[in-house]
Amino acid sequence: MGILNVEHIVKSFDKTEVLKDICFSMEESEVLSIIGSSGSGKTTLLRCLNFLERPDKGIIKVNDNIVFDGNDKSYLKESVIRKNRMHFGMVFQSFNLFPQYTAIENVMLARRLQAEKLPDFKAKKKEILEEIRSEAEFLIAQMGLTERKDNYPHQLSGGQCQRVAIARALAMKPDILCFDEPTSALDPELTGEVLRVIKELAETRMTMIIVTHEMAFARDVADKVIFMDNGYVLESGTSDEVFNHPKEDRTKQFLGRFNNG
Amino acid sequence: MQTFSEQLPIVLHSLNIGFLQTLKLFFVTLIGALPLGLLISLGTGSKITPLRITLKIFIWIIRGTPLMIQLLIIYYFPGLVLKNAIWGGDEAGRFAASAVAFIINYACYFSEIFRGGISSIPIGQDEAGLVLGMSKSQIFFKVKLLQMIKRIVPPMSNEILTLVKDTSLARIIALQEVIWAGQAFMKGSQGISGAIWPLFFTAIYYLICNGLLTLLLGGLEKKLEYFR
Ligand SMILES: Nc1ncnc2c1ncn2[C@@H]1O[C@H](COP(=O)(O)OP(=O)(O)O)[C@@H](O)[C@H]1O
Ligand SMILES: [Mg+2]
Repeated sequence: MGILNVEHIVKSFDKTEVLKDICFSMEESEVLSIIGSSGSGKTTLLRCLNFLERPDKGIIKVNDNIVFDGNDKSYLKESVIRKNRMHFGMVFQSFNLFPQYTAIENVMLARRLQAEKLPDFKAKKKEILEEIRSEAEFLIAQMGLTERKDNYPHQLSGGQCQRVAIARALAMKPDILCFDEPTSALDPELTGEVLRVIKELAETRMTMIIVTHEMAFARDVADKVIFMDNGYVLESGTSDEVFNHPKEDRTKQFLGRFNNG
Repeated sequence: MQTFSEQLPIVLHSLNIGFLQTLKLFFVTLIGALPLGLLISLGTGSKITPLRITLKIFIWIIRGTPLMIQLLIIYYFPGLVLKNAIWGGDEAGRFAASAVAFIINYACYFSEIFRGGISSIPIGQDEAGLVLGMSKSQIFFKVKLLQMIKRIVPPMSNEILTLVKDTSLARIIALQEVIWAGQAFMKGSQGISGAIWPLFFTAIYYLICNGLLTLLLGGLEKKLEYFR
């Protein structure tokens, strides 16, 4: 039941508990927005999903298959983690593009390395590489970057870099695509183009988790919203419930800051 | 008394032989110190505290004292103190001792450059590779290595040009490198004595060598300018 189930995730750094009993679930094709003030644990939660951080406790299920269980050490094995993290794509605030590769090479690199490990790669090299390239070109076009595909990251604007990063994440065909404040590092005039492609992805029914401070965007694009506060999921519900009828005082206070300014 | 045009071929012949020894020491040092430097830099980033601290102290001593002292100690210590002249008294022994001293000394300088190169790559590059399903070695070789090389080339170029000149320090244990060969004509050799001009010629050897290296390394730096 559900594409993603997150149950009782706990994560501490040294002695400070940063995630405290996080629970939520998602259906396929849903868009979930995570909002909350800075330091509330949003980034850490995303990083736990793709195992850049190891949760201390809790269970994560994708399509009803357990991909992490804090009580079972076998999920911490490097090979298991490498396989399971592929359920999730990740778009970082700071893009993290590979500077020595062009836009399209950034999109193709991981797929190519993956393909080279296939047993029949030598035999079908040409077709496999051809397929990877045509998929990458499709994604680049979807991001509106066809003219820019042979540019290096330093030749692109922040908004274009972030769109390359989105294409790069999509190339791995994740079940769920996660965004960590995808527009926070951008000049204000460049946020629109990135939010637009994310919105278009939502229309193609891509399952997404979006951490963002763009409240109007979150309200518009999200099916569900989670408000995080101090490591807890303080409030969750549909976009309408959380944005228009928040129950908790902390949520009202947080949203009020955005409405007034 | 010979004329200058009679002396010139004699001098150039000697200097060529000396410079061959200079070049040999230069290349042997590079071949030894580059991998050893990489190993030391990995060691100084190790989680094993005793190893890390030992290496840091070692680097501090080597970089904090003149290469000339290190040469003298490495060459004379075994014979004078241990009563075991492992190097022997011939040119091959002097070369071996010089090579060891130079490799150790330059490995320490190189290790600091490597360490700077490794630590200057933002952690976001690792993380981007990981979430795309790459292995640690794929991330190192396909993502980070070229970025490291790009950052290492300029400081490495400086060290390499310095190394060319530093090889002359081996003169202190009478290695027959190019300056030794030039100086011989001041004291007297092959019928030429009291001549300082061969020493000026040795300078030209260094200038040509460093000129070529500057072009080569500058070219490499240029080649890596296509990304930032
Ligand atoms: N690697 C880390 N080591 C120690 N503390 C961390 C680390 N990463 C995050 N934190 C702490 O965890 C808390 C939550 O951080 P984060 O998940 O980045 O919040 P948000 O993304 O909501 O701003 C903060 O107090 C932050 O200082
Ligand atoms: Mg954050």
